[in-house]
Amino acid sequence: MALRLERRAQHSQLMVTLSPVIAILLTLLSGIVIFALLGKDPFLSLYTFFVLPLTSLYGLTELGVKATPLILIGIGLSFGFRANVWNIGAEGQLTLGAIFGGGLGIAFYDSDSALLLPAMILAGVLGGMAWAAIPAWLKTRFNANEILTSLMLTYVAVLLLSYLVHGPWRDPDGYNFPESRMFSEAGTLPLLLEASRLHLGAVIALLVVVAAWVLLTKALIGFQLRVVGLAPAAARYVGFRQKRLIWFCLLFSGGLAGLAGLSEVAGPIGQLTPSISPGYGFTAIIVAFLGRLHPVGVLFAGLVMALTYIGGEAAQIEIGLPAAVTGLFQGVLLFFLLACDMLSTYRIRFVRQPAAGPVASVKPAAGEAAAQ
Amino acid sequence: MSGLDWLIPVVLTVITASTPLLLAATGELVTERAGVLNLGVEGMMLVGAIAAFAVASATGSGLLGILAALLAGAAMALVFAVLTISMMANQVASGLALTIFGVGLSALVGASFVGIALDPLPQLSIPGLSAIPVLGPILFGQDLLVYLSFAILAAVAWFLARTRPGLVLKAVGESHDSAHALGYRVIAIRYGATLFGGAMAGLGGAYLSLSYTPMWAENMTAGRGWIALALVVFATWRPGRLLLGAYMFGAITILQLHAQGAGVEIPSQFMSMLPYLATILVLVLISRDSTKIRLNAPACLGKVFRPAR
Amino acid sequence: MNLRDSLKRAAGLALAGGLVLAAAGAMADDDIKVGFVYVGPIGDHGWTYRHDIGRLAIEEALGDKVETTFVESVKEGADAERVIQQLAASGHDLIFTTSFGFMNATAKVAKRNPKVMFEHATGYKRSNNLSTYMARFYEGRYVSGVIAGKLTESNIVGYVGSFPIPEVVRGINAFMLGAHSVNPDVKIKVVWVNSWYDPGKEGDAAKALIDQGADMIAQHTDSPAPLQVAENRGVMGFGQASDMIQFAPKAQLTAVIDDWNGYYVARAKAVMDGNWESGDTWGGMDSGMVAMAPFTNMPDDVAKLAAEVTEAISNGTLHPFQGPIKDQSGKVVVAEGETVSDEDLLRMDWYVMGVEGKVPK
Repeated sequence: MALRLERRAQHSQLMVTLSPVIAILLTLLSGIVIFALLGKDPFLSLYTFFVLPLTSLYGLTELGVKATPLILIGIGLSFGFRANVWNIGAEGQLTLGAIFGGGLGIAFYDSDSALLLPAMILAGVLGGMAWAAIPAWLKTRFNANEILTSLMLTYVAVLLLSYLVHGPWRDPDGYNFPESRMFSEAGTLPLLLEASRLHLGAVIALLVVVAAWVLLTKALIGFQLRVVGLAPAAARYVGFRQKRLIWFCLLFSGGLAGLAGLSEVAGPIGQLTPSISPGYGFTAIIVAFLGRLHPVGVLFAGLVMALTYIGGEAAQIEIGLPAAVTGLFQGVLLFFLLACDMLSTYRIRFVRQPAAGPVASVKPAAGEAAAQ
Repeated sequence: MSGLDWLIPVVLTVITASTPLLLAATGELVTERAGVLNLGVEGMMLVGAIAAFAVASATGSGLLGILAALLAGAAMALVFAVLTISMMANQVASGLALTIFGVGLSALVGASFVGIALDPLPQLSIPGLSAIPVLGPILFGQDLLVYLSFAILAAVAWFLARTRPGLVLKAVGESHDSAHALGYRVIAIRYGATLFGGAMAGLGGAYLSLSYTPMWAENMTAGRGWIALALVVFATWRPGRLLLGAYMFGAITILQLHAQGAGVEIPSQFMSMLPYLATILVLVLISRDSTKIRLNAPACLGKVFRPAR
Repeated sequence: MNLRDSLKRAAGLALAGGLVLAAAGAMADDDIKVGFVYVGPIGDHGWTYRHDIGRLAIEEALGDKVETTFVESVKEGADAERVIQQLAASGHDLIFTTSFGFMNATAKVAKRNPKVMFEHATGYKRSNNLSTYMARFYEGRYVSGVIAGKLTESNIVGYVGSFPIPEVVRGINAFMLGAHSVNPDVKIKVVWVNSWYDPGKEGDAAKALIDQGADMIAQHTDSPAPLQVAENRGVMGFGQASDMIQFAPKAQLTAVIDDWNGYYVARAKAVMDGNWESGDTWGGMDSGMVAMAPFTNMPDDVAKLAAEVTEAISNGTLHPFQGPIKDQSGKVVVAEGETVSDEDLLRMDWYVMGVEGKVPK
């Protein structure tokens, strides 16, 4: 008798629904072990990690604040990943979005025009697109691999921001410290809820989710993406123009990353500073896959991912778990979530080996026999 | 020879800056050649660095530290392999998760090693030869891991180009279905390549914590794992170009520091951009001939292998 | 047991845990909770590490009357405000935020939580419940400069810089002025690594500087790597933030030590006693916030001189930035008998004579 993975004839709807639940149960189990080993109350730890942040209105709004950039970027990346366009540099595109949009906010720091915010949003999107256009151009024109170019451009973007806020864009009243002026009221995303930081960006993110879903299911480009992802050969046969798809994917994901960058600086941060993102561009890659490259999936994955960060902070505050442990636990959680994806496509079965097989000589354990 | 005297220390510095990149990238190159894209290099390097440091400072033996780093890196890669090869989880996301995990794990283990000093790995100077002007100190005055980085790269180049198992490994990366149909053990080969990649990343980490800057501090890799990943792409999956890439990146990093010291008045942020920009530029030059590149990117890179039966 | 039951169970446990905490808190009214927000990991052996030592000093000094919490590796940006707010909301009476980049977030949270006291390191925004504090590390760097000026043979000092912010520029200038006070021929070469913390790159920068003739290495980055390089290359160097002698037993001349312990304990005690007041503390050697590691690896006369200079700064007879001070062009910008005001020190963005290169702007 042996374990074997068998491919299901079709995706099991039950397992699609159930696999995250199984993953979560396994994570809880491993969490109990990890926390107990570290001498912490496992149930209290898990509660602090996953439930406590959701028990207050502030916690819920913060979940939205944290998830907004992850969802925006994750949606963009998921399109590219469907078509095997590997934009690893969303962090850089986010930074350029912040520079473009934020630059406008700094230039018109005393403006109260209602046009300022829309202009900043537009500039943010364009900034992200412009930065993503470089890998797109290098890929389509010179065949240069976008994994490398987009990643390297991330470092360049962060250094560019550093130069601007240490130099020309410094706040003139800020004692030469490295940060820009604060944006005016008109250059800041309005809050959705008093006494919270939940801003208009969260609504935009939801609209983007809907729009992406429509685009993916109803538009020709969505059809192309799905075909390319599932059957690249067929796509070539039908004659999809590969270069156009590359341009679309990079500009789309770059634009959304730029929007995320702008919504961070014009939202919770309110100015340009040397560090505007704790790595959202990279985390969003996980979000995209955790959400199975589907817009609604990305929405939920973004929320889950945001929860693990906020829960990690809560665990440090409430029960003194070191950041190292929260990182470790986050890693384990992701392992299970990613691994359990398999259960929807495959099933584990106990199968009888042919009598001559080497495994047959091993006597089945009692448990296995019972499982039959 | 005095005219070249200034060059020796510069070259020595370039070597030390390039070695961790080269070690980690060599491993990742083999992993990717087998069709597996492991983005967890940074995490594996960190775990390797702390394993090496912990064992070396406990036992006093750099060699045992190196061994520990190899094993620790491979163990991290094993987690990744089980997830992505056996359980068919997505490679890109799993690799990123592995990095998050590795950062946490290394920090947790390393907490009690902060602030402890360690003697650097000894330089293996060869009496007589090291005294040769200019070339002597460069060629014969390095530590063990520098020589290993070259030896392993040469071995990998030879393995991939000239040996049958090497061809099989490449075949698995090009078309796992065909390789499987021909009776090759796709899964086992990918496990092997992934573990090798992890061990090498661990070795790169060991170089950091034992030789480059002999100490442990959280996140001490400071992004070198990502550079190693990029270098594999830069090299278009060829060992020779990997050497070029790692040393070019290391050299420009060092030279921009020298330029600053010499008083070049360009904002330092722009100077710091140079290695990244140069890497892009050279990749573009290498890649312009599209027919050559396609032959090198493993066709099955990052794709899940699902045996039909 | 279904999911809902297990959640209930966890909630019950948490409630019980909370009650226990609450009961413990109810034992004495003057018990306080102190929170810390760190920008790096406590294992960085640099900036954050020193602040955490200060946190442990509070626990040591005030015992079970105080409970401390820290959140490490909090990124400057949107995350900081949430972490600070959560600390304020979870019953902390006093919160230290230990990076300049937390300034606006701290100010916002302080406004929203008027009953909680806040202490922000290195910033300039203050309010009724928000103090600022920082240390005059430049005083220690002046002493380092004196030592370097005495001992250098090449007359070139290599300075590994992080970012060109006033704090770092001020340190470079103080070092230069100290060196010039004993040796008018010294020059400083600065290399910026654009990172607070990248051991490899910091070490590489030190190597580049040594290769360009520096025989003294000073640093304004966090790791011991530049000092290790000095040790390895047979030149001398200065530790940063902590006494780093174990990393360079033959090369470390001294180190400028960040010592937050006294300030942290005093501020926590003030909250406990109910007499905490908002203020701006810029503590120097006299306050103990800046301390020098033992003067090692140098002749006795240099050690004696360094000790005298330290004493003179401590008792106020010597100000590192007292005139005459010349700028890079040789023009006297601070006349004899004058000193640079704190305001001008805070925003310093120009080099004194002897520093090579320009302040990046």
